[in-house]
Amino acid sequence: MLIGTVVLAGLALGLCAVLVLTDRLLPAGRDPVAEQVESLLPRIQCAQCGYPGCRPYAEAIAAGDADINRCPPGGEETVRRLADLLGREVPALDTTLGNASMNRVARIDERNCIGCNRCVPVCPVDAVVGVQQTIHAVIAAHCTGCELCLAHCPVDCIDLVSRDA
Amino acid sequence: MLEYTPDRRPTGGLRLPAHKEASTAQPIARGFVPGTLILALQQHQGPPTTPVVRRGERVLKGQVVARARALRSAAVHASTSGHVRAIEDRLVPSVHAIHRTRCIVIDADGEDETRPGSGAAWPKDPEEQLEHIRDGGIVGLGGGVFPTAEKLRPHTPCKVLIVNGVECEPYISCDDMLMREAAAEIIDGALIMRDLLAAPECIVAVERDKPQAIEALLEAGRASGDASLKLADIPTVYPTGGERQLVEMLTGEEVPSTHYPSEIGYICQNVGTAYALHRLVRAGEPLLSRVVTVAGEGIARPQNVETPIGTPIGELIEFCGGYVGDVDRLILGGSMMGYALPNDEMPITKGSNCLIAAVRREVRQDFSERFCIRCGNCATACPARLLPQELLRAARDNDHALLDEFGLNDCIECGCCDVICPSHIPLTEVFRNAKFAHARYQRQEVFSAETQQRFKRHEERKRANVQRGKARQDHLRHEVETDEAARQKAIEAAIKRARQRRGNDSDAE
Ligand code: SF4
Ligand code: SF4
Ligand code: SF4
Ligand code: SF4
Repeated sequence: MLIGTVVLAGLALGLCAVLVLTDRLLPAGRDPVAEQVESLLPRIQCAQCGYPGCRPYAEAIAAGDADINRCPPGGEETVRRLADLLGREVPALDTTLGNASMNRVARIDERNCIGCNRCVPVCPVDAVVGVQQTIHAVIAAHCTGCELCLAHCPVDCIDLVSRDA
Repeated sequence: MLEYTPDRRPTGGLRLPAHKEASTAQPIARGFVPGTLILALQQHQGPPTTPVVRRGERVLKGQVVARARALRSAAVHASTSGHVRAIEDRLVPSVHAIHRTRCIVIDADGEDETRPGSGAAWPKDPEEQLEHIRDGGIVGLGGGVFPTAEKLRPHTPCKVLIVNGVECEPYISCDDMLMREAAAEIIDGALIMRDLLAAPECIVAVERDKPQAIEALLEAGRASGDASLKLADIPTVYPTGGERQLVEMLTGEEVPSTHYPSEIGYICQNVGTAYALHRLVRAGEPLLSRVVTVAGEGIARPQNVETPIGTPIGELIEFCGGYVGDVDRLILGGSMMGYALPNDEMPITKGSNCLIAAVRREVRQDFSERFCIRCGNCATACPARLLPQELLRAARDNDHALLDEFGLNDCIECGCCDVICPSHIPLTEVFRNAKFAHARYQRQEVFSAETQQRFKRHEERKRANVQRGKARQDHLRHEVETDEAARQKAIEAAIKRARQRRGNDSDAE
């Protein structure tokens, strides 16, 4: 009886120590759940979910702070896959957040571009090319259609067009 | 010529009723000239050809009407003489589906007048020979329609050239008839291919249920006196004629799913292609026609017909006596891998090997699907060693990761699982559709991963920029605060800059 108690208490203490140590020593910020959630998101960094990118949104989902229906480009499909992963009910997609679609890309109207260069730094995937005072252009193969550059153009010459057009 | 029997048994597969008796009862019908030609610009796997004729122009049999501009392409020729009526978009049946594609429509004048001269002679230089084959419009006639010139360009040294006369799918008998009637020509074409590939060995593979074809080939092979030729008789099991299945059967090597057979040294060519190559090289005749099996109980005179490329299907059926009985369905291709056509106005293309007008009792009518009872029949029958029942579940759940794991892309759509399934689950159709969605998913995955990388680099650069700016500011502030001389110098520099600017401005005014 006594031996049993001692052995079990010892085991419990030892394991406790292991847990505390791993928690302290392993690098923080590598949340495996967030990583899996992120891999299911479209990863186009459009920020329409209300977070500054897919990773922050994934972290918020993993922490239970955000609902899983906030990614417009991912659509119903992504909501369903997230619900699958997290074992939740499938909520309806929140359609009020935006309408970024993976099938569209930005295109700069070269007749109107004044070469101000404001769209270049805001593109999260460096799809806009150009230097000050020259006409800028979008690399369609890299553009995700996230719409982030649209609001920054002073002459409103960026449009979204269908990817195949 | 050595005849032998490979000692391997095929993986999976089924023994199916052949339905070939009617169409093999008489020789290939020749001399059929249609009233209209519909010549699609893209009848091969690769970029389309460019038309070189205009509306109203008279064209002669054998004349090039569309030229191959890319390597992986093959020219298109007028298969009879006539006038170009239009160049327009039409529905054309390709190997797996119907596409809308640009076509040259020709009203034949019935004279079947051949272009004078027999065309360019067979060149000496191998590169020019390949070009000649491309200009001759020759593609794989077994159904793959891959441009033959590209397939004969050896990237990896070719160990064995396999001439495929297996033709295992029910109803189709065009290769069988061609082997019976033109064995010497096929052997000659095979030897031309072997020389181009510099292959040390050439195996002609024929299914055991074609004794006449085997006899004819053996005789032709002996007559050629070539020691590199062998004839393999293959057990009659569907689908041993598939490239990957055939290579495994003959050599024991399994073709990895990431590779083409040609990448591990085996080149497969159809017997019809060998025949076409013989015609091109020895008679200067480009690919103008192919043998098409017209079969099914809904056809008055089922037979094999040497059909000009571009013949409307309706005219071909008319040539075979038209429809009889209550035709339930018109199928292009064999009964396993073919698909139903909505009408008979579309043309025969280079890849069309068989046409079945099936009456009601030839077509499975019970389509009521039941639950999968996990009997495993489908897995036993699958020649690609897949687990169709698991693939089915993954496909219906849209679970793309699982589809990858179970090897969806290795499915050759042979239809074996479908036919054997006691629950009538349309497995092959599910897989065929799933492949489209899966390809889209894979492209999307690649794009997302790349995007994530670009975003990461973008963020890192932004951070680095901010840090560099801050470091410089800190450095300047530190200097100015600690060193009186530096402080004076900074003030003077600032004043100078301001003066200069003011000076410039007044100059400008
Ligand atoms: S809304 Fe945009 S930023 Fe947010 S998760 Fe979806 S793709 Fe990523
Ligand atoms: S923000 Fe507009 S005007 Fe400025 S560089 Fe970009 S596209 Fe041209
Ligand atoms: S043959 Fe049909 S019922 Fe049997 S395991 Fe396969 S899918 Fe299920
Ligand atoms: S259709 Fe695909 S899964 Fe079915 S037996 Fe053929 S290769 Fe296997």
